[in-house]
Amino acid sequence: MGKTTFVGAVSEIMPLTTEAVMTDASAGIDDLGMTPLKSTTTVAMDFGRVSLDRDLILYLFGTPGQHRFWFMWDDLVRGAIGAVVLVDTRRLSDSFPAIDYFEEAQLPFVVGVNGWDGQYPHSDAEVRDALTLAPHIPLVRLDARSKDSVKAALINLVEHALSVRMAVPGWGG
Amino acid sequence: MTDPRWNSGGWAPPPVPQSQSQLNPDPASPVRPYAVTGGRTAPRVKLAMEALVSSATAENREFSHITPEYQAISQLCRQVRSVAEVSALLRIPLGVVRVLIADMAAEGLVRVHQPQLDAGRPDVNLLERVLSGLRRL
Repeated sequence: MGKTTFVGAVSEIMPLTTEAVMTDASAGIDDLGMTPLKSTTTVAMDFGRVSLDRDLILYLFGTPGQHRFWFMWDDLVRGAIGAVVLVDTRRLSDSFPAIDYFEEAQLPFVVGVNGWDGQYPHSDAEVRDALTLAPHIPLVRLDARSKDSVKAALINLVEHALSVRMAVPGWGG
Repeated sequence: MTDPRWNSGGWAPPPVPQSQSQLNPDPASPVRPYAVTGGRTAPRVKLAMEALVSSATAENREFSHITPEYQAISQLCRQVRSVAEVSALLRIPLGVVRVLIADMAAEGLVRVHQPQLDAGRPDVNLLERVLSGLRRL
């Protein structure tokens, strides 16, 4: 929830939308002419761009959290710095699949609790407990409409990604 | 059912070559977007969504012998763009644009700058640059 707003808050361009074609016959097939497709749907994915330096551009991709979109995440996590899992505290269980996915993929992530008008009805401890979040995973309260707030969440994520990298033998640099 | 976005924004799909028409006679078929790639869905090299693409040809180059998609990509990438941006701005599905860009790179029409990765992850130096860039925002 709020992912397009989150991306838009820091993006220097209006968030763009690209389409990925989802098909249950997509894996390992490189010639559609030979392959009867069972079903095909296109899935929209919003993204934004932040120029950080003359030769450094950060791209932010926002994808839905439901399980059926995981085929896109497999593509996105390759080479990604990390993920922000935006949770709605009224529907915490919706976030379980995303958290499981990023843990499994060993992609650094932070949990972002989007507060509406500064209202966060649950304490950090309650949210952590409900999500069974490991203690080292950062929990960030944010307002997806605020550039400063989104920027702070991204800084938190990159710091977390660096600390994870430094902590794993052989991954340091 | 044709996706309305496919035809909007001034980008019209090219005429389908004869061989493709026979292969895929139904113009409304979901396979349609891949007609421009000759039916291939896998690019010759794996391109990251965030890989950057820039034109490698002169501005005034005569484009009459190349396809409208190549021409559109060449012109768009006079300014450096990611694969995802090319897809969004030209309204070509991501899978299709990956095939086209990989082909264009092989023909020397564009340069592709893939992200710097260390065992599939951004390297530490890159993370540090991103962090200081974010702090300066």
